[in-house]
Amino acid sequence: MSKEAVLKVENLVTSFDTEIGRIRAVDDVSFEVQKGEVLGIVGESGCGKSVTALSVMRLLPKPSGLIESGRIMFSGTNIADLPAEKMHEIRGNRISMIFQEPMTALNPVHRIGDQIGEVFQLRYSGMSEKEIKDGSVEILRKVGISDPGKRVEEYPHQISGGMRQRVMIAMALVCKPDILIADEPTTALDVTIQAQILELMKQLQAETGMAIIFITHALGVIAETSDRVLVMYAGKVAETGPVDKIFNKPLHPYTKGLLLSIPRLEGERKKKLHVIKGMVPALHELPTGCRFRNRCPDAMPVCGTAHPPVSVVEDEHSVSCYLYV
Amino acid sequence: MSEYLLEVSNLKMHFPVYGGIFRRQTGKVHAVDGVTLKIKAGETVGLVGESGCGKTTVGRAVLRLYNLSGGEILFEGENISGMTQGKLRLLRRNMQMIFQDPFESLDARQTIGEIIEEPFIIHKIGTTETRRDEIEKLLSRVGLSGNAFTRFPHEFSGGQRQRIGIARAIALKPKLVVCDEPVSALDVSIQSQILNLLLDLQSEMNLTYLFIAHDLSVVKHISDNIAVMYLGKIVEFTDADSVYKNPLHPYTQALISAIPVPDPSVRKHKIVLHGDVPSPLSPPPGCRFHTRCPFVFGRCRSEEPELLPAPGTVGEEHLAACHLVNRRESLGIR
Repeated sequence: MSKEAVLKVENLVTSFDTEIGRIRAVDDVSFEVQKGEVLGIVGESGCGKSVTALSVMRLLPKPSGLIESGRIMFSGTNIADLPAEKMHEIRGNRISMIFQEPMTALNPVHRIGDQIGEVFQLRYSGMSEKEIKDGSVEILRKVGISDPGKRVEEYPHQISGGMRQRVMIAMALVCKPDILIADEPTTALDVTIQAQILELMKQLQAETGMAIIFITHALGVIAETSDRVLVMYAGKVAETGPVDKIFNKPLHPYTKGLLLSIPRLEGERKKKLHVIKGMVPALHELPTGCRFRNRCPDAMPVCGTAHPPVSVVEDEHSVSCYLYV
Repeated sequence: MSEYLLEVSNLKMHFPVYGGIFRRQTGKVHAVDGVTLKIKAGETVGLVGESGCGKTTVGRAVLRLYNLSGGEILFEGENISGMTQGKLRLLRRNMQMIFQDPFESLDARQTIGEIIEEPFIIHKIGTTETRRDEIEKLLSRVGLSGNAFTRFPHEFSGGQRQRIGIARAIALKPKLVVCDEPVSALDVSIQSQILNLLLDLQSEMNLTYLFIAHDLSVVKHISDNIAVMYLGKIVEFTDADSVYKNPLHPYTQALISAIPVPDPSVRKHKIVLHGDVPSPLSPPPGCRFHTRCPFVFGRCRSEEPELLPAPGTVGEEHLAACHLVNRRESLGIR
């Protein structure tokens, strides 16, 4: 695979102003997305994975959310400080996003065809009504919706959750984006429907060559979809590397703990599961130094001093932990 | 007395649907349509299936939170299907429930102490002091500090709230606990803590669990036997290991193959089912799975398969409701 980064996030810091003061949800996060690859971002609730995505999309809730510092380089431009109008041209066109709950992302009072048509209108001016309708039907067929001619006339509540997610994907694809950000796209779906959607995303990626940032808490989904993985914990990147390295040779004690604590189908029944003691600290009461140290089985005195630097252990496999300094 | 703590036979739960200007009954949802299930004391039966398959309804019906549309439920050999609410109240000391969302199931205006004390008050057990003692023991048993007593649910994280829910459920030392998706709202690192706690409590208190979840890996980990449900019916029932090693029903096979494996070196062949689950308002005739089954043949479309012991299986009971599985016998295939 030729190395060509379509997106480069450098030292991103994103904060929220809350009643208890300013909280850093994403703290000094850097990563790259190569052309045509799937980057998986995995972590538990509150680790900053969704906020990272919203920062890239520049969709942080206003006025509380704010990119404090860092750069988000997309095709030669730093989109972190792009004026809102300019960002409008990129968002939805060149970087698209799909969300966990497709029902809240679709407008309940408009027909599916009209909602897809709107994207066509915004993206390609001068299309006739017939062209838009044909385009909508075509894109629905592409995402595997049966009888698309009929579906365009229906409203979101008339179709199932899996189909709604297909419609969302269709809308995201209208503009042939360079990057698709998928934030927990299958979490609300049943496992057999999840399998359909993952299959569809793989197939569409192979056809279009777009890069995908796949955000999820489910390690299984990451293993099946991603080329490279970013493991996040409490607003920081704990570990990043190729998917087989992350799963077969995890370095960070957090990654190791996560992988050990999931029950496996082939595992021994009723056996005690591995436990990561304690729980994720709240962002306003983070420990000094490494944020994982209170839960870490390998914690050392040095862990309390400062956040561990990033060590590149092997090709493209890096970790932020004093065990590897 | 029977060796089974709970015996459910041919359980039916139909919910009427009203529509039109006169709000007449226009149909009914066949949420549960003939479920038969037995659980031995001290064991766990896992109930697994996708949303809308009726697994939660089974759990609630077992506790008689509904009036049954049909079928029978025996608890410790006693028929509770038609029992009055007054009698049920006494019985519920022995049957408790743990819910998926531990926030919605805890009263936000009660302290943790009050929440856990309530079952004691309802059943008139102990005095204020002995209860307080009891509650503090419970809190520490589920891994919460004693100062939780005077705090409110919103001060706790999801995992801690689930611990509170568990403490309340086990407060009166019940025999049966229905666990309805107890870990699906929790993060991975918290999920394993709660699963371990449930397993420990089971062996300490000889609890019997009906464990309802959509995640087959979780269900398999905690269960002795597993029932796989699809659209109001049990399609397969067997011991937890066989479900994974030797699934017989095409739906179980698809369900297992659809589970993402947390190991990128495993590139398994996936059975991707097409289409969606049909509406329980008008379930398809014949086998309910026939609209999505990759092996469908003539008989499946007209004749409903019964849940029968699968031919060729040895040892523990292995039941499947599939014409194909039962046909193997007549064709001499194993």
